[in-house]
Amino acid sequence: MRAWEWARPVRPVRREVLSATPELEEGRPPLLFVPGYGHGAWVYAEHWLGHAAARGFPAYAVSLRGHGGSGPAPDATLRAYAHDVVQVAAGLPRQAVLVGHGAGALVVAHALARYPARAAVLVAPVLGGWATFGAAMRRNPFGTLPAVFGGGLRLHRRQLFSRELPEADARRYTGRLGRAARRAQWRLLTGAEPEPPVGRPPVLVLGSPDDLVVPPSALTGAARRYDSAPLLFPGMGHDLMLDARWQEPIDAILDWLDKGPARDDRP
Amino acid sequence: MPTPTEHHGRSEPETTPLARSRDGRPVSDRGDTVCVIGAGASGLTAVKNLAEHGFGVDCYERETGIGGAWNWRHDRSPVYASTHLISSRPFTQFPDFPMPDDWPDYPHHSQLLSYFERYADHFDLRRHIWFGTEVVRVEPVDDDRWDVTTRSTGGYGPERTSRYAAVVIANGHNWSPKLPRYEGLEQFRGEVMHASSYKDPAQLRGKRVLVVGAGNTGCDIAVEAAQQAARCWHSTRRGYWYAPKYVFGRPADQVNDTLLALRVPLRVRQWLYHRTLRLTVGDLTRFGLPRPDHRVYETHPIANSQLVYYVGHGAITPVPDVTRLHSHSVELTDGRQIDPEVVVFATGYLPRFDFLDAKILGDDEGVGRPRLWLNAFVPEHPTLAVTGLVQPDSGVFTLSHWQAVLFARLLRLRTTRPDRVTAFAARVRAGAGERYSGQVKDSTRHWFEVGHADYLRVLERALRDLEGK
Ligand SMILES: Cc1cc2nc3c(=O)[nH]c(=O)nc-3n(C[C@H](O)[C@H](O)[C@H](O)COP(=O)(O)OP(=O)(O)OC[C@H]3O[C@@H](n4cnc5c(N)ncnc54)[C@H](O)[C@@H]3O)c2cc1C
Repeated sequence: MRAWEWARPVRPVRREVLSATPELEEGRPPLLFVPGYGHGAWVYAEHWLGHAAARGFPAYAVSLRGHGGSGPAPDATLRAYAHDVVQVAAGLPRQAVLVGHGAGALVVAHALARYPARAAVLVAPVLGGWATFGAAMRRNPFGTLPAVFGGGLRLHRRQLFSRELPEADARRYTGRLGRAARRAQWRLLTGAEPEPPVGRPPVLVLGSPDDLVVPPSALTGAARRYDSAPLLFPGMGHDLMLDARWQEPIDAILDWLDKGPARDDRP
Repeated sequence: MPTPTEHHGRSEPETTPLARSRDGRPVSDRGDTVCVIGAGASGLTAVKNLAEHGFGVDCYERETGIGGAWNWRHDRSPVYASTHLISSRPFTQFPDFPMPDDWPDYPHHSQLLSYFERYADHFDLRRHIWFGTEVVRVEPVDDDRWDVTTRSTGGYGPERTSRYAAVVIANGHNWSPKLPRYEGLEQFRGEVMHASSYKDPAQLRGKRVLVVGAGNTGCDIAVEAAQQAARCWHSTRRGYWYAPKYVFGRPADQVNDTLLALRVPLRVRQWLYHRTLRLTVGDLTRFGLPRPDHRVYETHPIANSQLVYYVGHGAITPVPDVTRLHSHSVELTDGRQIDPEVVVFATGYLPRFDFLDAKILGDDEGVGRPRLWLNAFVPEHPTLAVTGLVQPDSGVFTLSHWQAVLFARLLRLRTTRPDRVTAFAARVRAGAGERYSGQVKDSTRHWFEVGHADYLRVLERALRDLEGK
């Protein structure tokens, strides 16, 4: 029934969308990249957008409200974030592939129930729940605990990047991180499961076994939810799109799309 | 002989071996493909959802573009230059393809058309649509399949018949004008038109205008006449509730749905609504408007903030029903005579299904009043559905969308879960003719009226039952 979406539609906000489009339109589906909490569209603009465009995929990245260059939204909820993604996706000329990283994968999971994506990719997904929280607490108690009381979730360099990434780059990137709205952050702990995706898109899950934010068990769990197994990239940090070997995962995603994964046709 | 389920591109319908119709005509067999009649909003969402469920789809559209009623270049389009939505954006958009959230609460008809164009392009729907092609006959054949006969619009060229696994009728119900019969109508010297041919306020400028009918269209035209015409009389048969488009600074339908979401009972909602109207619009009988003979929510709501304003300015004169017309004047039930130069009948439309034996839809008297379940599903014909045949207290497109989803799921389960399909068929038979709108006035205008909340709840239940949840 979705009565609340009629009664209380999400307020519009200025949304930053960065893009890179191929010189020749080859009829490939557009990709919409969704950054995780604290991250903005810029994380994809560093490497992935250009690389996808060079391989013929029109590529877009949105900053969720309150992040990057989008309008401020201290009271944003997970619903508002998912709304932002669906709005941008529906504004693209053709049916899009949604790619979510970190908690952006949770946003994508919710957006999939409102928009029939052509396919979806969850990169190092933080889908929430107490297990993720436990892992975060063990690895980074001082960065995680304040988040429970409404403070910002702070991730340190070693959680996000491998040692291969030059120190200066790592420092520059972490310096640009922001924070998600409190209410959206709490949903990571207590949120309800997203509704099943509409249109039964194929879903790919990938991540790194050495990710210090998302434990391998969470990767397997996420993949199992969509009846697949995760693609793994050992030796990388949580922020796969910024890490030294950023090209491997994006190539894997584009290869997977090039193969034309089938819709999930089970009744 | 069936063609593959997944059929891409617009292959010629006559590529497969020929079958024969009952009367011996050649028929091209389209296998598992589903036929959709009409590429208005309801047809488009049917095409999209059927394709999404893996079906091949052939959609026939008599016009050369999509958008149906909202494409005002179409000769049967009922929209006029100033038409804006009366249902606010969240109520009107397809649930899985929102309108841009920086659009106004009540978009203009040209925005709506651009929205449908984007929907069609986004989901690559045009490759399924045969434009300029009219469906002239739909006949059931064995195994719940259908022979659909088409020809190019305008009637030239040969007819061709194709056999389909299922048919979705999405031909709209706002194109066949319902004209009242008044004594003396032929003698009347002034201009008489139905609202369907009203396009632009220039048609009224400087004239004395009588607008008949208090639907949303009638009220819109009366408001335009108030601003453009030399005089405007507005004839209504009974009293209505004129709801403003905004209350408490928000679109009125959104405020109402807040109460619905909180499950406030109907009686309380009616009381609140009456209070709000009393505080904002006030007592309309003061202006000479008849007192409503029903409570709010009992007829299709009229959302118009400006009518009362112009009545208050004396720019619209409310008058009762017309009794007869003379050569230069119109007589009213209260004995008054008025002398309009233009009479606009905003008296509504009748649903029409000329291409189908009326009995198939359970419309035994042939008056355009099918007997269906959920206004969509046909007893005894599990592979036939009608979409968009609803007059909701909100937007039509959300309802068409879910009707199409339900039908697509049903067709999908025909091979895999016949037990659920049989249970569904029983539900259709038992529920045919069911209403979803509390107590509503039973005029022809209101028989397919649905309350969106009640309606969607039943539909949601049906979807769950199909999925075995
Ligand atoms: C003035 C006015 C204002 C309205 N305002 C709103 C509003 O605010 N919100 C709302 O939700 N609704 C509104 N409506 C209702 C409107 O009818 C629907 O919104 C909508 O257009 C219904 O879509 P549809 O696809 O069911 O029918 P249509 O839009 O009528 O489309 C039917 C299509 O089928 C085609 N067709 C018909 N017969 C055949 C045939 N035999 N062969 C091939 N093709 C055929 C037609 O050419 C047409 O393209 C309004 C209607 C009017 C008249």
